Amino acid sequence: MAERPEDLNLPNAVITRIIKEALPDGVNVSKEARRAISQAASVFVLYATSCANNFAMKAKRKTLNAADVLAAMEEMEFERFLEPLREALEGVFVIQDRYCGEWILHG
Amino acid sequence: MSTHTAADKDSAASANNKTISLPISRVRLIMKSSPDVSSINQDALFLTTKATELFVQFLAVSSFNNGSGKESNSLSYSDLASAAEETDTFHFLTDILPKKILAGDYLKTLEQMQDEEADN
Repeated sequence: MAERPEDLNLPNAVITRIIKEALPDGVNVSKEARRAISQAASVFVLYATSCANNFAMKAKRKTLNAADVLAAMEEMEFERFLEPLREALEGVFVIQDRYCGEWILHG
Repeated sequence: MSTHTAADKDSAASANNKTISLPISRVRLIMKSSPDVSSINQDALFLTTKATELFVQFLAVSSFNNGSGKESNSLSYSDLASAAEETDTFHFLTDILPKKILAGDYLKTLEQMQDEEADN
């Protein structure tokens, strides 16, 4: 599906911003560390997808749904994400309009 | 609707929990690169994107807190590699975050191994 390998990376600017917001002010994050976190994030997506897909397959479904992703988080021992995720899902579906908005509406 | 508590430390960084900043289209592309995934519904896509953001925050914060750069106020690659090695939940990252060793040290280990082999 991805034509170029760099399509499987997440945008560096966004990753950098998320890191900066999470850490105390003034922490210097090396370029290498930023790259590593970005790669780790891509691997996290793949790992989560694979776990979630196992749950969907067990239930004989072809489409991954929210319950599969939440079950995957538990399986991966990221239970700490469950509550913020549920909260986010309940909220209004607003996405910062920095990237084109159209894909939001299409599965 | 907002139910932020003081204990809600992890998501404190993402002041607005309802929005996401990573591009959903890119996350979907990564998910679809997995061969056995046929389709992903909207909520699953949203949750995976949000989870990835939480993961980036969590990885950065725990690597920094357990890392060696707290005094110098810096986060380095080796802090991340240590987190991958030492924290159970980050174990899946050890392949892409290998610990760096000096070539000299590596050669020494190699020599030692050869010596041990010769002894046997």
